[in-house]
Amino acid sequence: MSAKSYQPSPRWLWPTRGGQAGLQKELIMNVGIVGYGFYIPVYRIKAEEIAKAWQQNFHQIKSSLLIEEKSVPGIDEDSVTFAVNAAKNSLLQCGLNSKEINAIYVGSESAPYAVKPTATIVGAAIGADSFCMAADMEFACKAGTAALGVCLGLVKSGFAKFGMAIGTDTAQASPGDILEYSAGAGAAAFILGTDDSKIIANIEDTISIASDTPDFWRRSMQKYPEHAGRFTAEPAYLKHVSTIVKKIFEKHSCGPEAFDYVVFHQPNGKLPLMVAKSLGFKSEQINPGFVVQDIGNTYSASSLLGLCSVLDQAQPDKKILLVSYGSGSGCDAFILKTTQNIKKLINSGVGPGYDLKSHLSYKKYLTYSEYRRNIDLLYQDMK
Amino acid sequence: MFSSSSIPGWRQYPKRYTLEGTKCIVCEKAYYLKSFLCSCGSRDFKTFKFSGFGKLISFTNITSSCVEFKHMPTYCIGIVQLDEGPQITVALADVSLCDLKIGMRVQSTFRKFYSHGNNGIIEYGLKFVPAL
Amino acid sequence: MKISVLGVGCTKFAELWDKSLHDLIAQAQFMALDDAGIAPAQIESIFVGNMLAQQFNGQAHLGAIVAQQLGINVPSVRVENACASGSSALICGVQAILSGAANVVMVIGVEKMSDVAISQATSALMGAGDYQSEHFAGATFPGLFAMVTRLYMQKYGLTSKELAAVSIKNHNNAALNPMAQFNKKITLDDYFNSPVVADPLRLLDCAPISDGAAAVIISSYDFAKKYGKTGVNIIASTQATDTLDLASREEITSFKATKIAGKKAFEIAGITQRDIRVAEIHDAFSMAEIIALEDLGFFKQGTAGFETAQGKTQITGELPVNTSGGLKAKGHPVGASGISQVIEVVNQLLGRCGQRQVENAQYGLTHNIGGIGTTAVVHIFERK
Repeated sequence: MSAKSYQPSPRWLWPTRGGQAGLQKELIMNVGIVGYGFYIPVYRIKAEEIAKAWQQNFHQIKSSLLIEEKSVPGIDEDSVTFAVNAAKNSLLQCGLNSKEINAIYVGSESAPYAVKPTATIVGAAIGADSFCMAADMEFACKAGTAALGVCLGLVKSGFAKFGMAIGTDTAQASPGDILEYSAGAGAAAFILGTDDSKIIANIEDTISIASDTPDFWRRSMQKYPEHAGRFTAEPAYLKHVSTIVKKIFEKHSCGPEAFDYVVFHQPNGKLPLMVAKSLGFKSEQINPGFVVQDIGNTYSASSLLGLCSVLDQAQPDKKILLVSYGSGSGCDAFILKTTQNIKKLINSGVGPGYDLKSHLSYKKYLTYSEYRRNIDLLYQDMK
Repeated sequence: MFSSSSIPGWRQYPKRYTLEGTKCIVCEKAYYLKSFLCSCGSRDFKTFKFSGFGKLISFTNITSSCVEFKHMPTYCIGIVQLDEGPQITVALADVSLCDLKIGMRVQSTFRKFYSHGNNGIIEYGLKFVPAL
Repeated sequence: MKISVLGVGCTKFAELWDKSLHDLIAQAQFMALDDAGIAPAQIESIFVGNMLAQQFNGQAHLGAIVAQQLGINVPSVRVENACASGSSALICGVQAILSGAANVVMVIGVEKMSDVAISQATSALMGAGDYQSEHFAGATFPGLFAMVTRLYMQKYGLTSKELAAVSIKNHNNAALNPMAQFNKKITLDDYFNSPVVADPLRLLDCAPISDGAAAVIISSYDFAKKYGKTGVNIIASTQATDTLDLASREEITSFKATKIAGKKAFEIAGITQRDIRVAEIHDAFSMAEIIALEDLGFFKQGTAGFETAQGKTQITGELPVNTSGGLKAKGHPVGASGISQVIEVVNQLLGRCGQRQVENAQYGLTHNIGGIGTTAVVHIFERK
């Protein structure tokens, strides 16, 4: 045995005295968003058009879902192409050298391959470091924020320099099902890092909740998902989102007024507004991140696209609460705070009106049969 | 007939995914398609990534597709002159004939091209759209 | 140089459902032998022009088939240069004779395209272009020529009516050719009613899918003298190559390979454009005929469309072009086309063209391209 006593590295020092405060001291290193990008396909279908196809009452549906129109993938698009385009846009926005990215996690429930990760296609397309941690993730609509959580951990612990988290989906819905009105398509990519000179929004805290709840699911060989009707509201979405937000309030000894913005997962227009109201949030807090009425439920990208919209508008030193929800069931919640750097965002080469809300004005409407053709072509390999 | 192997495509991923070409080490002339001999006489090249922006030189619509594109009812193709010099034939996306004009500015976008049947690998690459 | 044409033989061009690759070869090769009045044993070398037998018919090694069907063991090679395979095979035959390697050579072009679906044929034909960029982008050959046409129209003000004039002329000529695929005249209305294939090219701007074979037997001039068959001689055979892909070129509305091959051919033949009284010009797409007429120096750049509309290239015009109906109306079984052009010019010079006959033609020219003007082959013929 060596005479020298073992001296562990200070970084991994578990304090026997000083408790939590000592531990926090070692791990206080800012981690946050360094850049972000989104991709929404140019095609839309109006809820009215869908209602016409099924001879349903458009006004009733609109008032219950609060969705005007949703985004539809083009014939040559899928969740992989969305992910790549969002990733490239995030790099264009912040000007980071792609070779510095050494963690890529992609969350989706509509990946074209059951086996072959989207993450490696993204890595190849952006020119990431080949020594890269990469994988795809699934947790219904919270797969994108799950990817964000993984990148957060890897970057904060120093195992990754810059991590990219992507939520991307071309949501499926059975013809004639109520989900047809909301199942949208899009992607958002976030780059996380610890470089204070680059961080535009620090991630100050994250809490998740998970339970086995059968509200919405898709068996692996099936084309379309199933859902449990009204069960998807109160015992599923509303319960999990309320629970986690109340946990945040408790942990941080605060109320809804502590946040300048709140972004919820948006399965339709009704549920997020309902839960926001019940928790005491005001419309000024929720509107900037509210995107579902124009693009529908973009599943793994939903809350992340809401976050993009908020970051497009936010001033420095603003607090954001991001709460995603994924069926099956669970939530990821993040507390973010914008920094001075948010004013310095590069907007190179992507064109005018690159913020999400004005980008949504670039659109082409489809008829119901064109919409159905596009969606069916996505799933032609599943009979 | 057309290659049903995914390996030739894999070899092309840097070009298809990132518009990687080459530049002559001596005279800096940029090439998109692989060149083995520069017009200046040099045989030495370095890799070079094109920005993905360019100008539309000509275009048309295809109404009678080849096997790989049978799933596309009709689509447009064009010849684009990249900002860095080379001209390439490309697939255009999200447009019909009436959206196109000779000379318009275009930019690249990542899209699905085709797959080797329902069980096969999906071939991805860059198409071009009118620049925003 | 002087290479004599001993005989020619050609099948009808059409969708020949009953005929196999072997049948087509046999028909053309024996017709040519009979026309030449020689026995199979006198053939010393064979060149076969064909582009896609492997893809369309599962058959490579065509040289062996041609030789076997003649019952001989001579050297026999398949030559491939996309749509210029036939005329490139003739270049090889000419070179074999000029080098002294052979005295009598059979050159036969053949293609059987109708067994596969149109989309499969379209894919296979794209092999004439660049696989990595053009095929991947879905740029079919009509698409590539359409982009050329659009740019040409913008540059020189060519109108659709002028473009249509090419197709109308060729269909009218084909109506006089019993071996042609199409035998009806067409009008401007027919043209504008035909569907758009790749804007601005319509169905009536594009050559069809065809089956057919065409053979020519050539020999040294000395051998031909012994047989009294020196009536028509090849006095120039040239070929040139440009980039495989269209977009790499500086000039898209004119084909450098044709300019080079054409210029060299006239130099070797010792004649000028004005001496040519009949020409078979590659018209797989109507635009190609217009561009070729300019590249070969028959008309100034940007004017050939107008001149065609004026009737200059009609059978009764100052430069009859594609009296056979051209690839457009006679048919375009890819590997056979180059040789079928040769056969028409030879027959014109020998006075064997019936209602399509051009009077007093002493010199004739064939022009055949592969891909988007990537390979260009020019042969000039003289009537003795």
